[in-house]
Amino acid sequence: MEGETIIKVEHLAKRFGTFEAVKDVSFSVSRGDVFGFLGPNGAGKSTTIRCLLSLITPDAGSIELFGKSFKNNRTAILSNIGSIIEKPDFYKYLSAQKNLEIFARVSGADVSKKEIQEMLEFVGLGDRGKHKLGGFSHGMKQRLGIAQTLLHKPDLIILDEPTTGLDPQGIVEIRNLILRLKNEQNKTILLSSHQLSEIELIANRMVIINQGRSIVEGSVTELLNTQELLVRIEVDNARATAELLQKAYPEAIFKINSESELEVTFVKELVPELARLLVSNNINVHAIEPTRKLEDYFMKIIQA
Amino acid sequence: MLLKNTYNEFIKILSKPRSYLGIGALTLLVGIIIFAMKADGKSIISFVTSTFEQSLTFNGDVLNGNLIAFIILQMLIVHIPLLVALVTGDLISGEAAMGTIRMLATKPISRTNIVLSKFIAGAMYTLFLTIWLGFLALFVSRQIFGTGDLIVLNSDGLVILQDADILWRYGLGFCVAFLALLTVSTLSITLSAFAENSIGPIVSTMAIIILFTIIGSLDVTVFDNIKPYLFTTHMASWRSFFEDPVPFSSIIQSIVILVVHNVVLVAIAIYKFNKKDITS
Repeated sequence: MEGETIIKVEHLAKRFGTFEAVKDVSFSVSRGDVFGFLGPNGAGKSTTIRCLLSLITPDAGSIELFGKSFKNNRTAILSNIGSIIEKPDFYKYLSAQKNLEIFARVSGADVSKKEIQEMLEFVGLGDRGKHKLGGFSHGMKQRLGIAQTLLHKPDLIILDEPTTGLDPQGIVEIRNLILRLKNEQNKTILLSSHQLSEIELIANRMVIINQGRSIVEGSVTELLNTQELLVRIEVDNARATAELLQKAYPEAIFKINSESELEVTFVKELVPELARLLVSNNINVHAIEPTRKLEDYFMKIIQA
Repeated sequence: MLLKNTYNEFIKILSKPRSYLGIGALTLLVGIIIFAMKADGKSIISFVTSTFEQSLTFNGDVLNGNLIAFIILQMLIVHIPLLVALVTGDLISGEAAMGTIRMLATKPISRTNIVLSKFIAGAMYTLFLTIWLGFLALFVSRQIFGTGDLIVLNSDGLVILQDADILWRYGLGFCVAFLALLTVSTLSITLSAFAENSIGPIVSTMAIIILFTIIGSLDVTVFDNIKPYLFTTHMASWRSFFEDPVPFSSIIQSIVILVVHNVVLVAIAIYKFNKKDITS
């Protein structure tokens, strides 16, 4: 049911001793969302996710998953969730296949060995099933972690920092896997990540939390489109170009980096117009690169 | 789900090298004792029996499989708790250290079932160790040294048990010894629920056994009231089956105290694990 609320968190709070890890976090995730969960280190992301999975009992606030609270529904809720928290940890002395068998047995679903093999192939570990985990790279463990989350065919997948510690190739592999889950299996995905560009590429909605509080929540496209971009322009003569742009856009902020490069703070929708203006004034344009991304937006939000 | 996870726990125990360390150590220790008794047993036995030879005459072979089994049990029952704790003390905290407890706790299985399955698997491992000890001590010794009457030296003097009157005593003695070892297993798993590393519960279990054993052996009035309730006081209750007549009332009392220890410790572990924030 598209639009159905899968996760609803309201005013969540959790304290460890005197340290308030989460102070007031609220957000909601609808079915089919790939939901970005952003925040700097220590913002309370992992604590919130652990509360979502009943690993930690919150001190205040409410959590509803699939319209139910954990009280009296814990097993039913968890049978419909697959998750990786921080990093997937497995039994190093067992093979990949045995590890998946162990987790399949307690997943609440009947998973055959054939399905386990299919899952290993789905994550690109089809020929590694018999190998012990001791020899697996971090990227392979992450992929095996994703296989583990999918064994019982859950509707909701929660991935906490799935690309941390991966090399660029590993990041791309995990990103593609997440996109396949979204596109081929229509899973609802909650994705927490420090790789903020990942969120921009994958997520359709997001929440930003900082110092234990949710700051902003909404559609990734809308949140980013309302923001000004920092556009880097490479031309033959940066100073002359700046003068031209200053006349056309008096409120824009310019910064000349070198004789051939300048930066201008600009609304995203005006970038095509900017390009036309430069070309129509016979300025040789070598590059126009919008550089304001989620990172900048994120920094702006948390600094505010 | 409890059965499925118990099966998982068996697989984990069977796959860990340390599980075979205990079995290997036990086999080696029994082997050394049997070898020593085979090589020099007669002189050791004659040294012990010489004090009685003025009033008693010993006919037949005193050094037989039944006596060797008794000696092995007497010597090893102190050390086996370490071998048990080595495996069971790791069952929860080892997973916390590895991070797999986090994975397990996000599955649709209750935390109570997670703990219970570990207790069941720990109990089965302890049972296997006890049976293996029984096999080595009794079966192998009787094969090598033959059978015969058993002479047991108690604080009251010598007890001589007929060969035909021995096996049932060993059978019941091993059952009580298993219960005592099960208490060690339960204690270490309970301590494991409080810890985040493997070593802590193993060392703590041994420290508690040593502490309670010292308290039990101190002849100090102030400890007299607590001694009967320490599980270590009842760890040697299996020996009571080799008295004549067998003091069944004191054995039953020991069994009750050991069972109560097990039930209370399991309850503590379940409570603690259910309340625990899993932050590892």
